[in-house]
Amino acid sequence: MQRYLPHFPPQLWPPAASAMAGEIDTIFVFWCVVLFLMVAPVFVFMTWCAVKYRARRDVDRSHREARNTVVELSWTIIPFLVSLVFFFWAGSLYLQQQSAPPDAMVVTALGRQWMWKFQHPGGQWEINDLHVPVGQPIRVDIESQDVIHSLYIPALRIQQEAVPGRTTMLWFKADRVGAYRLFCAELCGVDHALMAGTLYVMSASDYQNWLRQSKSNQSLVANGKQLFDSYGCSGCHVNSNTVHAPPLAGLFGRTVPLQNGSTVVADDAYIRDSILQPKKQIVAGYKLVMPSFEGVVSEADLAQLVAYIKSLGQESERMP
Amino acid sequence: MSLSDAVLRDLRVPTPVLGVPDDYLHAEQTLSSWIFTTDHKRIGILYLVSITVFFVLGAIAAGLIRLSLIVPDGSILSNDVYNRMFTLHGVIMVWFFLVPSIPNTLGNFLLPLMIGAKDVAFPKLNLLSWYIFVIASLFTVFVMIWGGVDTGWTFYTPLSTTYSNSYVLTAVFGIIVVGFSSILTGLNFMVTVHKLRAPGMTWFRLPLFVWSLYATSMILVLATPVLTIALILLFADRAFGLAIFDPSNGGDPVLFQHLFWFYSHPVVYVMVLPGMGVMSELVTAFAYKKIFGYKFIAFSSVGIAVIGFFVWGHHMFYNGMSPYAGLTFSLMSFIVAVPSAIKVYNWAATIHKGSIRLDTPMLYAMGWIGLFVIGGVTGLMLASTALDGQVHDTYFVVAHFHYIMVGATVVAFLGGIHFWWPKITGRKYSEPWGRVSALLMFIGFNMTFAPQYILGYMGMPRRYPVYPPSYQVLNVLSSAGSTILALAYIFPMIYLIWSLWYGEEAGNNPWGAKGLEWLTTSPPPKHNFEHMPVIDFDPYDYPNVTREK
Repeated sequence: MQRYLPHFPPQLWPPAASAMAGEIDTIFVFWCVVLFLMVAPVFVFMTWCAVKYRARRDVDRSHREARNTVVELSWTIIPFLVSLVFFFWAGSLYLQQQSAPPDAMVVTALGRQWMWKFQHPGGQWEINDLHVPVGQPIRVDIESQDVIHSLYIPALRIQQEAVPGRTTMLWFKADRVGAYRLFCAELCGVDHALMAGTLYVMSASDYQNWLRQSKSNQSLVANGKQLFDSYGCSGCHVNSNTVHAPPLAGLFGRTVPLQNGSTVVADDAYIRDSILQPKKQIVAGYKLVMPSFEGVVSEADLAQLVAYIKSLGQESERMP
Repeated sequence: MSLSDAVLRDLRVPTPVLGVPDDYLHAEQTLSSWIFTTDHKRIGILYLVSITVFFVLGAIAAGLIRLSLIVPDGSILSNDVYNRMFTLHGVIMVWFFLVPSIPNTLGNFLLPLMIGAKDVAFPKLNLLSWYIFVIASLFTVFVMIWGGVDTGWTFYTPLSTTYSNSYVLTAVFGIIVVGFSSILTGLNFMVTVHKLRAPGMTWFRLPLFVWSLYATSMILVLATPVLTIALILLFADRAFGLAIFDPSNGGDPVLFQHLFWFYSHPVVYVMVLPGMGVMSELVTAFAYKKIFGYKFIAFSSVGIAVIGFFVWGHHMFYNGMSPYAGLTFSLMSFIVAVPSAIKVYNWAATIHKGSIRLDTPMLYAMGWIGLFVIGGVTGLMLASTALDGQVHDTYFVVAHFHYIMVGATVVAFLGGIHFWWPKITGRKYSEPWGRVSALLMFIGFNMTFAPQYILGYMGMPRRYPVYPPSYQVLNVLSSAGSTILALAYIFPMIYLIWSLWYGEEAGNNPWGAKGLEWLTTSPPPKHNFEHMPVIDFDPYDYPNVTREK
């Protein structure tokens, strides 16, 4: 047995590495209990009927009913109300999952056929594996360079699709040190099954050691600054005398008036769109002179550009 | 003598004078009398033969998938071949087996018989629908076997439009064409129910199988065109660079998911509703008792068909959809479960104080309830937003929809085929073999798919030919179960075909069941009834006494 099935007996419950994982397990267990309570009586009742009322048995079959509205309504409404408990319970966790705490450390994840590239705030990057400190909320901003992927970490009971053309997000706070699996859960081509790796949850000091030893480019923001120059953005957007372009300092989070009279809040999506499709939303008082960078800027570069533009005006010494 | 007995006498077809019986099966025996037939019963048989062939092909693909998963390192099938196998399995089983399974075989055969009509409203359209189905399906299957498609049956963009190097265009073309067969059948059934009911056959005298077929037809007519549009856009995107789903040119890949699931979720009810219709017929016939809550069951079919159109977003909770949209789709999914629950409780109430016989069709029906309830409640777990984050796109989903697609649709199909086999062929099948096969079905099915629930919650993603070795034991168990399941499919194919030549003569009504189809001869004459039946009795008017011994 050991030779052919080295993992016998099998593990039957996944490890849980966060408080959220524990809460989702609780929902699951309660659901299983309710499943049992709703189903077992039906099975027992049917088996009992099948035995008691077998055709060949002579039993009392009088008072047979073909309709009973009270009974009908009760087995329509009661199970529905019971199930609604789970709708609200799971829904409240779902809403929690959708809003990351503001103090979360931001890691970017880039999915492409067939690997995950994770980049830490200090610029350290890694392929397929992700190292994070324990007890610290981590927000993963997810992008895709080609097809749809899905970052799935069973020990945290979460996943989020990586959709080309937009940035999606998941966040977690792992509270147990350990190594856990991470997968791509959305079919992404031939080697979909190989797009898997390991999440390492480490103590804060181990994480700092790891950061020091790991491959590092510059930080996202510093890289973005270089790209900002090399793509020629700075030619117009940094106090130019020849071209009239909107200033970017302090842009992030501000409400921007548009030419068509409406306004828009400058969030991640707005900055992305403005780079890729400048004509979509033109700032009031400016002419459309900027070319589209659609197909010019790669997803990875775009993330760094956006990070740089967001940083402008938040740290005053960096202001161009 | 009750009124219904009077009708029975009127309908009796005279014994044929000549040696050759005059029923629809034996009336003409030439090849052209089959392939140019407009008789709904013969078209039903044509569908039965063709979907059985497709089922065998799809099952072979499934067998190869289970074989490959015995080892965790993917050494049996290469990743590419594995992807082609599950795509082949999915496409065949969804579009060439499950969607046409009950409606186009049993539905075609029984609908006119059950409402007292000579045929469906448009017999030639019915035949055209079969030709479209067979030609387009064969074309697609040919393309997928000789060329191969690796996108999964879901064809998600931009994998299918830009990145996949497989025969997506030809396969998609075939599936677009097959859709027209569904639309024509749905249209035909709806018009038939509206216009061809026999005198006295009011809406609330319709058998519940007819109600379910009517609800199914609503979905086929309203949802299939959306799939057609989605796939035409996909085709244009891939072939001509329309870029409607291409994010690098301003398109949106998620739009495809919305269009796709707007069809593909309702189509789950196309697969399940006819199975529920069969269940209503089986339970009441073998309990020998009027069905409990006729109107609740009838309207719940329509309710499922309507609400089923508003739940598609539950396939997309984690693709960046607004959380409020996610919650709305979650709530709608909880609501659509209500009519299904109503049916299950009503069937359980129907057998209370019945006069129950556990023949093969009833064994299938009892098992159906168990499998469907497990599949249904795990569906609610999937619709519980935060819980879906753990089980979305894992084996939990695979197990859930196989409990519905196989546990409900295929089991109901087999139960229905056994129940109406004497009517369709005039012969009885071997009852002991039938019971053994039904039992094997439940053992094999649960052994195959129950471990997959655990695998899914453990976090094994679907569509993985290579997986962590700690998942191996449960995968081996699942693969072992699939061999038992295979026997449960092979046995009926053998003994049912055997019965065509060697089976006992069935007589007109071997089960003592109620319903117009049991009042005519077995097999029925070419135009179903000698005289136009007049209906002056309620459906399922079983006598309020025990069955005669």
